Amino acid sequence: MTPELGRRLLYYMKLMRELEHRIEKLYRQGKILGGVFFGRGQEAISAGSAVLTEPDDYVCPSHRDLAAFLIRGMEPWVVLAHYLGRRDGPTRGRDGNTHMGSLPHHIISYISSMAAIVPVANGVAFSFQYRKQPNVVLCYFGDGATSRGEWHEAMNFGAVFKLPIVYICNNNQYAYSTPITRQMAVPHITDRAGGYGFPCERVDGNDVAAVYEASKKAIERARRGEGPTLLECETFRMTGHSAHDGAEYVPKQLWEEWGRKCPIARFEKVLLEKRLLSEAEIQQIHGRVASEIDAAVERAERSPYPDTADLLEGVFANHTYAVSHHAMASGKAE
Amino acid sequence: MPEITYLEAIREGIWEEMERDERVFMMGEDIGAYGGAFKLSAGMLERFGERRIVDTPLSENAFLGAAIGAAMMGLRPIVELQFADFITTAYDLIVNYAAKARYRWGAGVPIVIRGPSGGGVHGGPFHSNNPEVPFVHTPGLKVVVPATAHDAKGLIKAAIRDPDPVLFFEHKLLYRKLKEEIPRGDYAVELGKARIARAGSDISIITYGAMVYVALDAAKALAQEGIEVEVVDLRCLVPLDEEAVLDSVRKTNRVILLHEDTRMGGFAGELAARITEHAFDSLDAPVMRVTAPDCPVPYSPPLEEAFLPNTKSVIEAARYLKVY
Repeated sequence: MTPELGRRLLYYMKLMRELEHRIEKLYRQGKILGGVFFGRGQEAISAGSAVLTEPDDYVCPSHRDLAAFLIRGMEPWVVLAHYLGRRDGPTRGRDGNTHMGSLPHHIISYISSMAAIVPVANGVAFSFQYRKQPNVVLCYFGDGATSRGEWHEAMNFGAVFKLPIVYICNNNQYAYSTPITRQMAVPHITDRAGGYGFPCERVDGNDVAAVYEASKKAIERARRGEGPTLLECETFRMTGHSAHDGAEYVPKQLWEEWGRKCPIARFEKVLLEKRLLSEAEIQQIHGRVASEIDAAVERAERSPYPDTADLLEGVFANHTYAVSHHAMASGKAE
Repeated sequence: MPEITYLEAIREGIWEEMERDERVFMMGEDIGAYGGAFKLSAGMLERFGERRIVDTPLSENAFLGAAIGAAMMGLRPIVELQFADFITTAYDLIVNYAAKARYRWGAGVPIVIRGPSGGGVHGGPFHSNNPEVPFVHTPGLKVVVPATAHDAKGLIKAAIRDPDPVLFFEHKLLYRKLKEEIPRGDYAVELGKARIARAGSDISIITYGAMVYVALDAAKALAQEGIEVEVVDLRCLVPLDEEAVLDSVRKTNRVILLHEDTRMGGFAGELAARITEHAFDSLDAPVMRVTAPDCPVPYSPPLEEAFLPNTKSVIEAARYLKVY
């Protein structure tokens, strides 16, 4: 760990935490509609892995991996514009919450049936292999996704083709309200993935340095052409499934136990103990994050709503076709 | 020009596109050394190698998803479904991922998902379906249903070159039964243009796929009775050549909508709605549907024969319309 890396990891974890806090606030104010989903307490996982990506690598984040978006260069105001349904968001108002993707940032969007991203992420890795590009894909998902058929199909496919991909599981122990013990009869996700024929490793998902080291090894292996690795990052969702969910089903002692393992507070302690950063430097990062988010909210709220004239744009590549198709179907062409 | 089959025409189209464009590859089950369940990819492994003729595990979600991911990276995957019926196993990836990606976040998914559909070969309830309608109803997907060897080659080429996801439903009954002389070398048939398979002035039959031949047989018989039938082969359901349909109806004033798919919610319903919306004043008789009944495709020969729309039922509908 160097001071520079420490600063970077702390900045992105803190930015994710505070940006999500602000998103929740805007949601409670009725400015963000629909649902909002957070990775509170899980920041070390996307931050500790995505910082390792090279410019031409790709990430496929889940809904609890906001740091991966930020690290890939999606600016906080663009994220907020997306949540607010504005034109400057990466989906131009066509989708909401964490359903964000951006080809220029090399971020592949997941869809709500979340395991579906895993076979798609394999395809991105397949294209690297096809073109002999030395790149890798980081594919994120939760414990719930590992119960889906396409997840198992994709694990097997990735193994058979030795794809340059790292499967990163946020095992936060609850899929909505369903605890991991109702998700599977084996103790670990690594037990599930272990039969497919690539290395699987359990990682302390609340220790950003541990996530970083494990990801580094897995990425290097993938880049060498040796195939996938699965990292089961054990963590806890310090929030409900979404902001409307009070998570009363979570036993109180789990909140307390995991609250003490906050990845940000923990990392700050390490940075101080190892004299990598001073208290003043840490406070400086906090201050930078707070002011960046204030500016981002202001800019995002200035972004216009999408024009309803563009409702059909992008259904097909040929926009004219989509419009005429619709116009004729609704009788407007005559 | 030598005669080639419908199946060979599709192979030729894919082969030429793979020779032309390094980004094109094919994925599916048993397509390599075995050459595919219908031998459509016979000889392709030898020519293009394992990198581009990719045998996969028996996992439709895994390989369809992989094709989607590769397509977003700019490759041009062709996915073979061993039978079009199995498309249901990867429905989510097609309708929720591929169809919506461009609209949601500007990520085009230029894939072709192709496979044998249709009955008439005693395949039973899982190897005979016509699964086009759910995909016609999903914005963002194109649906192609070739009836001739000429079109099969030209349309598969257009589908491979298309920037959007295309579902290409071949009719397995035509694979070897249909032989035609087709132009050699490169030509594409534009998606969304119907074809007048036979010109006529009294009744229009709007149809697609193998039913084009049922319509043509009926037209031949009806001509003996002095009824001149026009047969419109749609070639594509999306984009739909609505003008070709309406032009024909305006000319004949009587229309039969014929498809092998079952009746309830079938494509004929959409056509009927468009005809009544846009050409109501041209109609001299009710819009008639001739389709399979609402029942799974049965196996036993007399049952399957009773299930499939045939020349007799088309002739009866035409006679009814003529005197209406």
